[in-house]
Amino acid sequence: MDRRSFLSLAAGSGLVTAVPMSARANPAPIASKARIVIIGAGAAGTALANRLSMRLQGASITVIDPRSQHLYQPGLSLVAAGLKPAKYVTSDTSQWLPDDVSLVPEAVEAVDAEAKTVATQSGQSLPYDYLVLAPGLVLDHDAIEGFSLDLVGSHGIGALYAGPEYAAKTWEAASEFTETGGLGLFTRPATEMKCAGAPLKHTFLIEDIASRAGAAGKYEMHYLAPQSALFSVPIVAEKVRMLFGARGIDAHYNHTLMAVDPGAKTATFRKITRNGESGVASESLETLPYDYLHVIPPQRAPEFVRQSGLSWADRWTDQGWVEVEPDTLRHRRYPEIFALGDVAGVPKGKTAASVKWQVPVVEDHLLAALSGQEGTAIYGGYTSCPLITRVGRAMLVEFDYNNDLVPSFPGVIAPLEELWISWLMKEVALKATYNAMLRGQA
Amino acid sequence: MQELTFETLIAVFEEIFGRGLFWTMVVGAGLVTLAYLYVLIRDRAVSWRKFLLAQLSMPIGAIAAVLFVQRMTHSQFSDLGGPVDVIVLLGVAVMGAIGMAILVYTTEALFGRRRNDTAGEP
Repeated sequence: MDRRSFLSLAAGSGLVTAVPMSARANPAPIASKARIVIIGAGAAGTALANRLSMRLQGASITVIDPRSQHLYQPGLSLVAAGLKPAKYVTSDTSQWLPDDVSLVPEAVEAVDAEAKTVATQSGQSLPYDYLVLAPGLVLDHDAIEGFSLDLVGSHGIGALYAGPEYAAKTWEAASEFTETGGLGLFTRPATEMKCAGAPLKHTFLIEDIASRAGAAGKYEMHYLAPQSALFSVPIVAEKVRMLFGARGIDAHYNHTLMAVDPGAKTATFRKITRNGESGVASESLETLPYDYLHVIPPQRAPEFVRQSGLSWADRWTDQGWVEVEPDTLRHRRYPEIFALGDVAGVPKGKTAASVKWQVPVVEDHLLAALSGQEGTAIYGGYTSCPLITRVGRAMLVEFDYNNDLVPSFPGVIAPLEELWISWLMKEVALKATYNAMLRGQA
Repeated sequence: MQELTFETLIAVFEEIFGRGLFWTMVVGAGLVTLAYLYVLIRDRAVSWRKFLLAQLSMPIGAIAAVLFVQRMTHSQFSDLGGPVDVIVLLGVAVMGAIGMAILVYTTEALFGRRRNDTAGEP
């Protein structure tokens, strides 16, 4: 019912809302003197702060985030395709937080999980009883030799993940490509990443726009991925492979972007080739020319997470995601610590829709712990992605830890079908639903 | 807590059309509906002559509503990808048709009345 009602709301934009509206039951507030610190005022931190504020009486809730601007990140791919202005994704962090939650506008320096304190950049030390890590992730642009953010928008370079202004600049570079054509290279990193659908969306959108614009018939597009598939969910990967084939987008596997030469307009990839008979892998470098290059850098947990000993020791060692139980998002070594969103060390779930499903789980376990009980809510890895394939069409892809498709409207909105209604959900209904989630209302 | 509320539905529509346009349309639709109810009560009957013209205007309303929604959502007819899309499109068209019929009926009843009155007088 949860997922269904959430997406029914989104489907409301398609004027087919069929779920009954129900009055919200307000459970009695829980009296507590607990000190709860939430690191990060993004989608997860803000939604949880609002929900805890509604459920708790007397508790001290502190949110730490140095950024005064809140980003609606699902909108970035629309900005980078010229469909929305940069300001579409920005709002004030403080406007989303309730009055009884205090916001510390600072960066976190370290977490001492033994002493249960958080140190901020100014030297402030905040003690906690429960800590929620939701700081998001860090884009490691320096890992790509020759690349820097000031190149975005010129030299045919785009990088839509870097924020609203860079997404808008990405469109400046991409729109030139859609008018003049040439060779377009679209990449993704070897690390885990937020919304693994976004690199595909950008590729599909630019191809669609180019096919209707000045570049029609004058462009060639290549998608280069370090992985051996186009998506982590096999059935989705196969569908995308077929769509790429139909759209004339060449897919190249085992290619990792290593360096950019903006002057010469070339990109260098590390290519892994496996010998068919012996299976021995060999590495080589391949340099390709481009007229448009979309860069997505490697993504990692913020430095303080890795330095504070909160990361997995044996998984994602170069990335440092927080060591949590996949079904409860609770730290495996420090039960008073939870992780939400991008920073959580779970196999799926770096999207806003995942956050929507994760927040109530952490809320449940945290509130149960305050009453000396065990929570019961389980996060099954739900992740969804309205995978845009054209301006006006998308596939509503929903899946879980098992790589199972978990469609919200089986038989009505087919998960692997390119539909207008799925586009409507992405373009017009998601932001309102997202905003309701931030307020803890959805 | 994961429920559909009236507030979020309103927020969805504000998002689709923009806050200003959405509330302008809501006020507009509200005024037309009130005026429609007014003429129904005033005339104490449905005028079938006016209703005929209202019916003739329905296809125009249907097409206008579809084109309007497409314009607001960067969409076109070729984006329809499955049965559910056709249902959504027809839903938009039906709402546009009904809205247009009410608008035309009410406009005629309010402003076309004098002609009808004099036609009935000796």
